[in-house]
Amino acid sequence: MDTATLPEPATTTRTLRVSRFSRDGRPPRFEEFEVPVTEGTTVLEALRWIRVHRDAALGLRHSCFHASCGTCGMRVNGREVLACVTDVASLGQGPVTIEPIANLPLLQDLVVDMASFYARFPLPPPLVRTSELVSASELPEGIDAHERFEDCIECGLCLSACPVVATDETYVGPAALAYAQRLLEEDRGADRAAILSWADDDNAAWRCHAAFECTEACPSDVRPAERIMALRRELVLHRETVR
Amino acid sequence: MATPAPRAPDARVLIVGGGGTGAALAHDLALRGVRVTLVERGELTSGTTGRHHGLLHSGARYAVSDPESAVECIEENTILRRIAAGSFEENDGLFVALTEEDMEYLPAFLEGCEASRIPAQLLSPEQALRLEPNLNPSLKAAVRVPDATMDAMRMPLRFFATARANGAEILNHMEVTGLLIHGGIVSGAAVLDQVTGRDAEIQADVTVNATGPWSEQVARMAGVDVPIRPSPGVMLALRGRLCNMVLNRLHRSGDGDIIVPQRALSIVGTSSWVVEDPEELDVPQDHVRRMWEEGEKLIPAVRGARFRAAWSAARPLIGSRGADTGRELSRTFKAIDHAEADRVEGFVTITGGKATTLRGMAELCADVVCRKLGVDERCRTRETVLLPHTAHYAA
Repeated sequence: MDTATLPEPATTTRTLRVSRFSRDGRPPRFEEFEVPVTEGTTVLEALRWIRVHRDAALGLRHSCFHASCGTCGMRVNGREVLACVTDVASLGQGPVTIEPIANLPLLQDLVVDMASFYARFPLPPPLVRTSELVSASELPEGIDAHERFEDCIECGLCLSACPVVATDETYVGPAALAYAQRLLEEDRGADRAAILSWADDDNAAWRCHAAFECTEACPSDVRPAERIMALRRELVLHRETVR
Repeated sequence: MATPAPRAPDARVLIVGGGGTGAALAHDLALRGVRVTLVERGELTSGTTGRHHGLLHSGARYAVSDPESAVECIEENTILRRIAAGSFEENDGLFVALTEEDMEYLPAFLEGCEASRIPAQLLSPEQALRLEPNLNPSLKAAVRVPDATMDAMRMPLRFFATARANGAEILNHMEVTGLLIHGGIVSGAAVLDQVTGRDAEIQADVTVNATGPWSEQVARMAGVDVPIRPSPGVMLALRGRLCNMVLNRLHRSGDGDIIVPQRALSIVGTSSWVVEDPEELDVPQDHVRRMWEEGEKLIPAVRGARFRAAWSAARPLIGSRGADTGRELSRTFKAIDHAEADRVEGFVTITGGKATTLRGMAELCADVVCRKLGVDERCRTRETVLLPHTAHYAA
């Protein structure tokens, strides 16, 4: 197949205001870059252009380029997004402000330390769950159930957007609670009592203020806020059963 | 988890490149008791590794044209399901014949699968449609094979996590700025810590170039040449799962002939061309359009699906400069000891291959490295179950 046989779309220049930070004692500051963009250029591609052409030291996490790995979460013009599926052209006119996600320790520029994200989970989150069947699919012989990867891509955007986590880092936050609810929703051999007991805590399911910012920010349709509400319902039912 | 072999006290290896190959190599060497440091200039798996469509190959794709790769794939497919269970959607795959021409390819395909010991089950159109109701209803036949979907980042992260737990040092955001070379011997690398801005030197008895499509550029730092053709392909991610199994077109490799269901997405791939520099890859719009058109032939519902992303990833194919599209190049892998090939001591390149064969690539390379170091420990990665990916982030 021939490459690039079509005329290239028109290139314009956009200003990216990128938050820079190194652990030298100074607070984060913004640095501006003029970046060529065409129709469909993503924020991630624009940041990669800066790394290649302006500053190879720009700290940035990325892997899959299609909203499946969750590494390129950041705040663009104040909103939590995955840079790989955010078109620069969709961001209106004027400079584009790019900051790291909030509520996790900042390592460098746009890079946060994900260790404290995972430390909030009651046990390591499994990757695979039973798949909803494509309508009327028959199971192939030798396969117990169709399976698929979890929707949660562990990007941390929900944690960044959560107003409660912003004021109190001891709150476990939406990702871990949504995951706990998933474990209860689908029987995967998890210890239900242990999960319920973990969730039944002032720093867990009862701490959410139902701002629903997590669901708004989630790029992968996990709907953490709704799951936290479902988890509360489960906790109340469980209490009644225990009595 | 197996305990690593006792430390070989003086053996120190530096791996350049934090993709799947480097991950598996760090794991293999750590299990053999070798002190390993791995450096990656960006985030781990930020090059080719994280960007592929997420296919765990059965090998059937190569059964006719590239039997060496086919055998490698089915062997590694079986091993990975064992040592990294939970990192795959184990729903199998179908090779689907849509035309008379595809049907002419069928006998050779079945023979190739048999020769490479890839389990292959011929299905009638009715049987195939019961398994995958969204398939093009005018299909002529389908063959079921043990393809699967992998998490392109988290599966390799399990190798990194286990390597770290066994003592390997994994340093991301650490760029190699040059190799330390004196009198034809590579003794490590000069690095720049991107986080602190500090320069440093890392000494090593053997330095391994595991940089995939960048391996020619890194080899040049040692004054040697490796025959790598960076060969990008375009992929298209659509919202929604249009199938449960991996769907392939039953024909010689072509553009847009695979749909990999993954998470809540369906990934259509891929095209193939050859570039000099894998750093900045175009996403040619005519290739993206081709993915829509070809994908629709396998699953008509592709037409109405919603766009999620389109991107390119560069394969590290072994081949001469004459290569044109990359399709003609083998997917097998090579470990090159540059002492033998170029009289440069202390430097090894591992390249070619696929995400599916990362463990096998690491075994081959670790054998070469250990021979050079005089370390007499066997490979134990076939039976060592990997830690969960989250262990990589544990303090």
